Amino acid sequence: MNSIKAVKEKLLKKEISAKELTKSYLDRINKYNKDLNIYLTISEKEALEAAERADKLLSEGQDLPLLGLPIALKDLYSTKGIQTTASSKVLEGYIPPFDATAVEKLKNAGAIILGKLNCDAWAHGSSGENSDYGPARNPWNKEYTPGGSSSGSAAAVTADLAVATTGTDTGGSIRLPASFTNTVGLKPTYGRVSRYGIIAMASSLDSIGHFTKTVEDSAIMLNVTAGKDNKDATTPDVPVPDYTKKINENIKGLKIGVPKEYFIEGLDLEIRKAVEDAINFYKSQGVEIVDISLPHTEYAIETYYIIQPAEVSSNLARYDGIRFGNPRKDFGDEAKRRIMLGTFTLSVGYYDAYYKKAMKVRTLIKQDFDKAFEKVDAIIAPVSPNMPWKLGERIDDPLKMYLADVFAAAVNLSGIPGLSVPCGFSNGLPIGMQILGPQFSEELLFRLGHHYEINHDFYKKEPEL
Amino acid sequence: MKIDVLHIAKLANLVISETEAKKFENQLSSILEYIDRLKKVNTENVDETSQITNLVNVTKNDDTSPSLTQEEALSNTKSKHNGLFKVKAVFE
Repeated sequence: MNSIKAVKEKLLKKEISAKELTKSYLDRINKYNKDLNIYLTISEKEALEAAERADKLLSEGQDLPLLGLPIALKDLYSTKGIQTTASSKVLEGYIPPFDATAVEKLKNAGAIILGKLNCDAWAHGSSGENSDYGPARNPWNKEYTPGGSSSGSAAAVTADLAVATTGTDTGGSIRLPASFTNTVGLKPTYGRVSRYGIIAMASSLDSIGHFTKTVEDSAIMLNVTAGKDNKDATTPDVPVPDYTKKINENIKGLKIGVPKEYFIEGLDLEIRKAVEDAINFYKSQGVEIVDISLPHTEYAIETYYIIQPAEVSSNLARYDGIRFGNPRKDFGDEAKRRIMLGTFTLSVGYYDAYYKKAMKVRTLIKQDFDKAFEKVDAIIAPVSPNMPWKLGERIDDPLKMYLADVFAAAVNLSGIPGLSVPCGFSNGLPIGMQILGPQFSEELLFRLGHHYEINHDFYKKEPEL
Repeated sequence: MKIDVLHIAKLANLVISETEAKKFENQLSSILEYIDRLKKVNTENVDETSQITNLVNVTKNDDTSPSLTQEEALSNTKSKHNGLFKVKAVFE
């Protein structure tokens, strides 16, 4: 399996050069992308140039965390000189004159950018089908959604069309597709990774994370991207540890909470079983399992679908087609819906009833987690109540699509981190669980996730393309 | 809850056709009906949360640093004149 760790070892041992590696990935992309619609832009020339530079540094004995590793970026990440569309026709042809902070950090760590990945336009969606360039397909079964909004990012990692990829998670957009594709998805603490240069969806919720094949790889990526950024005033000055350091530490004696509101009627029975098996595994390892309650969970979706569209309507107001991009008539239906919903809930006479009310319920949702973390170290819950659905099944019913985020949105409203880890399969399609912790507890999440992963074989499974 | 889609579209600077308006009206109304459940939650004496970083009044020194050149700033526009963005007149 081509994990960051495994590929890096091959590069350091000179079993393969960065250029050969990059070429083999470009070959795979060219072979499979037509079917899977994962990449919107393939930056072949830039990737090969970066690979040559990486080979030079490797031959000089330099060691950088991601030196020579071919990765790809959700098309929300601004890339200097490479088209960035947010999967929307509004930005078709837009070539950013600057790199997002996260992109700059990944490049400085030696990563090679293979291209830009398909997603729901402006990250609005849970299936990837709101992309103006057609949906990305799930490599485990092409009739099914890989989940969204970071659809291409999840699909690229499981199909090995990149060693790792980046995503954004505003209401589940990393964890949901990770759980649908047998990949590891990290939604870091809000503010842990800079949002600068990443096209904004909802500014108080957007979390900048990534997809990898293993939990340890996820820690390696966060080592590179995390930290305070003067260009993003919402990045607290919290020290960045080496996230891989404590990954092997014993988990005995830790307390994991199981919130009853996430194991409700309507939860797919196979998903319930897979997550309960994982909980039993932790129990067998000496972890104390504690039943907990997060009573305001049932209002998370309503709160989220007021706050998020309100912020969307404000963020998308800047796209006027004057300085860059195309006219507002090019917005797709979902963007129009969210702009109008947000404009409505913020408008005179409705602000108090909707937006102000939602901000108050957000406080209650956050307090639920604060209280829970007084009793437990982490929480385990399913990511999605349902297995991946067939493409087309929910596209005409926006509300049904929104409900896919039912187990994900509270985490964003609270700003806490969540790690989605593969924990099973049903009818050939993957299942994931999310491990949640207090703000800035990523080290603990990696430790718990890694311990589960090395004792199970799910991460080794790859789809037949 | 009825929503006047054409009015909202005007506020949001979106152009919506009559047929689109009908479709959006139905969809948005059912979404609003759903989120109306929030009214059931008791929020008396609860403070609002607009952000969750605990950061307050983040400032930085007012120093200059390298930024985009004029050429770079104009590199994506379809409408420029003498090194400036050219826009329609706001006032007659």
